[in-house]
Amino acid sequence: MSQLVHKSPRASSAIVETRPADASQIWNRRRFAGGVSSLDRRFMILLLMTLALGTLLLLSMALGSVSIPLDQIFSALLVGESDSTAWTNIVLKFRLPKTLTAMLAGMALGISGLLMQTYFRNPLAEPFVLGVSSGASLGVALVVLSTGASGVAMIASLGFTGDLLLTTAAGLGAGLTMGLVLLVAMRVRSNLTLLILGLMFGYLVASMVSLLLYFALPERIQAYINWTFGSFSGVTVEQLPLLGAFVIAGLLIAATSVKPLNALLLGEDYALSMGTNLRRARLRIVLSTALLVSAVTAFCGPIAFVGIAVPHLCRGILRTSDHRILLPGTCLTGGIVALFASLIAEIPGNNLVLPLNVVTALLGAPVVMLVILRQFRGRP
Amino acid sequence: MSVPALQTRDLSIGYPRRRKGDICLARALNLRLEPGSLVGLLGPNGVGKSTLLRTLAAMRAPLAGQVLLDGEDARRMRPGDLAKTLSLVLTNTPHPDLMTGYELVALGRLPHSDWLGRLTGSDREIISWALDAVNAGELACQILTELSDGQRQKLMIARALAQETAIMLLDEPTAFLDLPRRVEVMRLLKRLAHQTGRAILVSTHDLDQALRNCDQLWLMREGAMLVGAPEDLVLDGGITETFHTDGISFDEGSSAFAVERSAGAAIHVKGSGARETWMRRALERNGYRYDPAAGVAAISLGQNGQGPEWHLTIEERLSRHHSVAEVLATLKDAGI
Repeated sequence: MSQLVHKSPRASSAIVETRPADASQIWNRRRFAGGVSSLDRRFMILLLMTLALGTLLLLSMALGSVSIPLDQIFSALLVGESDSTAWTNIVLKFRLPKTLTAMLAGMALGISGLLMQTYFRNPLAEPFVLGVSSGASLGVALVVLSTGASGVAMIASLGFTGDLLLTTAAGLGAGLTMGLVLLVAMRVRSNLTLLILGLMFGYLVASMVSLLLYFALPERIQAYINWTFGSFSGVTVEQLPLLGAFVIAGLLIAATSVKPLNALLLGEDYALSMGTNLRRARLRIVLSTALLVSAVTAFCGPIAFVGIAVPHLCRGILRTSDHRILLPGTCLTGGIVALFASLIAEIPGNNLVLPLNVVTALLGAPVVMLVILRQFRGRP
Repeated sequence: MSVPALQTRDLSIGYPRRRKGDICLARALNLRLEPGSLVGLLGPNGVGKSTLLRTLAAMRAPLAGQVLLDGEDARRMRPGDLAKTLSLVLTNTPHPDLMTGYELVALGRLPHSDWLGRLTGSDREIISWALDAVNAGELACQILTELSDGQRQKLMIARALAQETAIMLLDEPTAFLDLPRRVEVMRLLKRLAHQTGRAILVSTHDLDQALRNCDQLWLMREGAMLVGAPEDLVLDGGITETFHTDGISFDEGSSAFAVERSAGAAIHVKGSGARETWMRRALERNGYRYDPAAGVAAISLGQNGQGPEWHLTIEERLSRHHSVAEVLATLKDAGI
């Protein structure tokens, strides 16, 4: 006897037939009322986000200490010249790399924040929990604080100057940490272990940085602190492709993790039972985060807040936990938030530049509080 | 003989330890889970029910032996193939923010979908069927965080159904539910097993519901596994032995756990129906012994103008009482 006759709803239609017909009709009606229209709504929101991102890209090119007309920006970008050589220089050498850097960094931090929050099932997780940025800060601290004046002069004579030196140091620190995190991620069994190891590593490195700070000369400390403020302006046109390559690679890896991310919403046990290869999923998520965060931290410094806030903001706006929608949504939101912050930081028509990290948190925190309060309203 | 959906061969389960030797919870298990049957896994706490379920689900390695799913070694199957053969429901019901009931059940289609997890028309058909099968159609559009544990558990079962696996394993799915919900879930599982031909294994502490609904019971106790029809296991004392602890035993007559009789004062109760049953329960709860013939006191059920009343006779003095509490208080006052 006994074949497996369980499959397909048609084979087991007996159950459907025992149910009153009207209930399933109600449910079908609801599905089309709720499900499909909310899909349309989400599509509209994504479209609006894209438009907002485009507008901010243009504004970021146009506004700053000097305002440049839009037609001049286009001619500088497309033909390579405009009515004024100064404008052409500003657009091509400063605003273009700054704008693209801000967009890429915002996308990278938003996505890595989303990956970490979903993977660790913790709303407080952020891109830096794995310790990658701590590694970068140690690299920078070592260079800025410990090399003597002669050492800096020697490194400078090799062609490394100021910013590039810092970028290299931060990149090395982040890269080494990334390798370490990947090694650990391949070995530990649970994501909680990985989370705690990452946090502990962060504390360990932070204490080393503190030690360096404690013994450093005050003027050197200022240089280190400047780095921790974060900036989108340090990336040159020549460095931009490198940052772009890292970010695009990280985003592509994240895009292939949509399915495991959705499965992981129910926790590792359920994800496993629904066919997720946990080890592979973890490696992908950690690798993607490490690529994104190490590149951004190396080029822009440790930019706080964007990574933790953007995913919440995006979930609040799109009202979904589905990563097929959240991933593009977070990408767009991240770009928007970073561009907006960079615009505000450089108060248009003025030479004053505020520290980026100050702006992101100062403006962003209240917004996120509002979104979160709205989302959790009426919850026990 | 039918083909078992799940079979174990000389399976030993437990935890491997590097130096001190493995902790073995059960050894040489040769179990068969047949299609179309609901099997209850029962046993005291800590005996290894969850470990057995996790080993059967290939989530942990056996210490020895094999788990065969449709004749194939579960540990050698790829995660994707395994997920098409076996689905899982656990005690806790996760409830990620903003997820709807429909989206939760749709996750069950992940093993069958493409790299983005997109749903096809037939996927949607199966999801609606699964929702209807557990009577949860009206939960589809609701947000999980706004549902009760019982409603979420039904959705988790619908999700496992949508996964379309020949085998479903459930680890204490009713642990956090109230009695009506527990009855509902166990009946649902029985109906699903019989109507859809799935092989369903459910671990539970709810002996009563397991006895009423399961086709077969696996009784787990230290070092041994008893398998049989629920009634046979009651009659041959298997259940009594498995759950025996000091002072508490399973009463085969009433199909319930009872505190073993203490050596308290003997009391005779005469009456019938629910009133007699509950009076005897009250006496038992207070450490008295029931005496079928006579005793230091006798209680009988009488009538007065307003309704039934209790007649309590202590040393030939009769008193009348309206409630069980009054009878107990009088017994206490009399020093019995």
